[in-house]
Amino acid sequence: MYRLRRWGPAILLISPSLVLIGVFVYGFLGWNVTVSLSDWRGLRPSYDYIGFENYTRLAEDGRFTNSVGNVIVFTVVFVLGALFVGFFLAYLLERRIRGDGFFRAMFLFPMAISLIAVAIIWRWLMNNSTGAQQTGLNRLFSSIGLDFLVNDWFKADQPFAVMAVAIAAGWALSGYIMALFLAGMRGVSDDLREAARVDGASEWRVFWHVVTPMLLAVLMSAVVILVHISFKTFDLIFAMDSESRLIETPAIYMWFTTFDAFNFNRGAAIATLLMVGVSAVIVPYIWYSMRAERRQ
Amino acid sequence: MSARVDTPRDLRIQSRWSPHITAARYIGLFALVCLFLIPVYVLLVTAFKDPSQVSPRQMWELPETLSFDTFRIVWPKLENGLQNSLLMAIPASIISSFIGAANGFVLSKWRFPGADFVFPLILFGMFIPYQSILIPLRQVLSDAGLTNLTGLALVHIIYGIPITTLIFRSYFASISDELIDASQVDGAGMLRTFAFVALPIAVPAFAVSIIWQFTQAWNDFLFGIVVVTRATDWPVTVALNNTAGSQVVPYHEAMAAAVLASIPTLLVYILMGRFFMRGLMAGALKG
Repeated sequence: MYRLRRWGPAILLISPSLVLIGVFVYGFLGWNVTVSLSDWRGLRPSYDYIGFENYTRLAEDGRFTNSVGNVIVFTVVFVLGALFVGFFLAYLLERRIRGDGFFRAMFLFPMAISLIAVAIIWRWLMNNSTGAQQTGLNRLFSSIGLDFLVNDWFKADQPFAVMAVAIAAGWALSGYIMALFLAGMRGVSDDLREAARVDGASEWRVFWHVVTPMLLAVLMSAVVILVHISFKTFDLIFAMDSESRLIETPAIYMWFTTFDAFNFNRGAAIATLLMVGVSAVIVPYIWYSMRAERRQ
Repeated sequence: MSARVDTPRDLRIQSRWSPHITAARYIGLFALVCLFLIPVYVLLVTAFKDPSQVSPRQMWELPETLSFDTFRIVWPKLENGLQNSLLMAIPASIISSFIGAANGFVLSKWRFPGADFVFPLILFGMFIPYQSILIPLRQVLSDAGLTNLTGLALVHIIYGIPITTLIFRSYFASISDELIDASQVDGAGMLRTFAFVALPIAVPAFAVSIIWQFTQAWNDFLFGIVVVTRATDWPVTVALNNTAGSQVVPYHEAMAAAVLASIPTLLVYILMGRFFMRGLMAGALKG
């Protein structure tokens, strides 16, 4: 009776959310797996079990394996690029120099605009028209004598096409990584740095031997966040060139095969694989974060 | 016992290179800002150019006169989408913030047995690739007749619960227990505490949560194209992609449309960047 009076209202307060999350996240995930094991093609739902056929078919589907190759290249370039740029920006801003708020705001603002808008800007910057129609970055490069940089961007051969998309994604997200690293760097106590300085360490050594080792946890968060974003990325690629196989990833293919070609079962199988890929990085991350929190 | 001795500023060991290093930092930062702003330069220069002046060759040239003509051309194509996104994103962000406030309070100050088990389960919902729930979602919403703006708002409320819960849980965890008076044994007393003590002091968390959710809902595209069937209900991102998303559209119109569709979230960012930043950090599980 005591327990009911103490906890009853608490559970009542949170239970609508638990039901919603239970149905819309876990229920739907299970439902999606069921679809992926069914023969549902066309507009009428059908749940006849056909085993793992949809998955084995995907393995033989050239369009799917091509999209997996693209997302791997995209992830490597985007994650490494955003980490490198983000870390470097944070390094430059690490000391509280005058105007650092301005710089931070400038590097972070792409996070506030939609990836559709980002894609539209970059699609024109990375236009590959030639001659009188030449425009965007190619036009800039040739007008300042950097002709060797002129290229076909996201219409180039594989695997370069998807790397061009990764540039746009990196532009949008490096500021976020900068913010994460910056928070980590500023969390390193001044006493620790001062102690190293008193021992005669140069500023560079203080940074490299005192500050960076403390950033391992931040690095891990940044990698997990970037990798899972990269698996999910949809808007950016869709708005850049939705019909192009050169840059198609599983997240895009899933949409086309499901909502355009009505192969619901195949779409669900791709979605399940995406889910497995994302869970592989996210579940350990949540587990680790919760454990770190309990230890505090 | 060790007493902490603060080094006075002027006694700090300073390298004689130190001023040069600071100068190098500034030069590096300015160069990078210019690089980062290249897309913005093109965007603005193109959008404000007189349409007669626009040509691929002149993409990098400054406009001779400031012109709003391109915006006038694009406005009718986006007007409805802008309106829809406002109608959808404002209530969605407010409602999911209130739900998050209740959850966050329960999970930090009123931890029932099992609360620590429930929280990560809720949290997981914010990282899932939405592709993996789209098929059931679309089925359920079309059966319920909710493939419209209301349905879209509902979707943003539900899938916003994990992040808003996280924001409020971290916020309430930082408030001292004495203020909440956790000694109250009675559950009804706790409910009153939530409504009259916790909610009023959670204004900063509301700012973070509402701003974050508004930006997310405004910028979303995937739910927009999958959930909404009627063109009159499309959010602005879908309208933007439709007007500016093909090579046939002259690029100055594409750019002006992108500017128009980004104004609300950019305004929020400029005016309340601090809160936006905190939402961003919360999303990385770094309260």
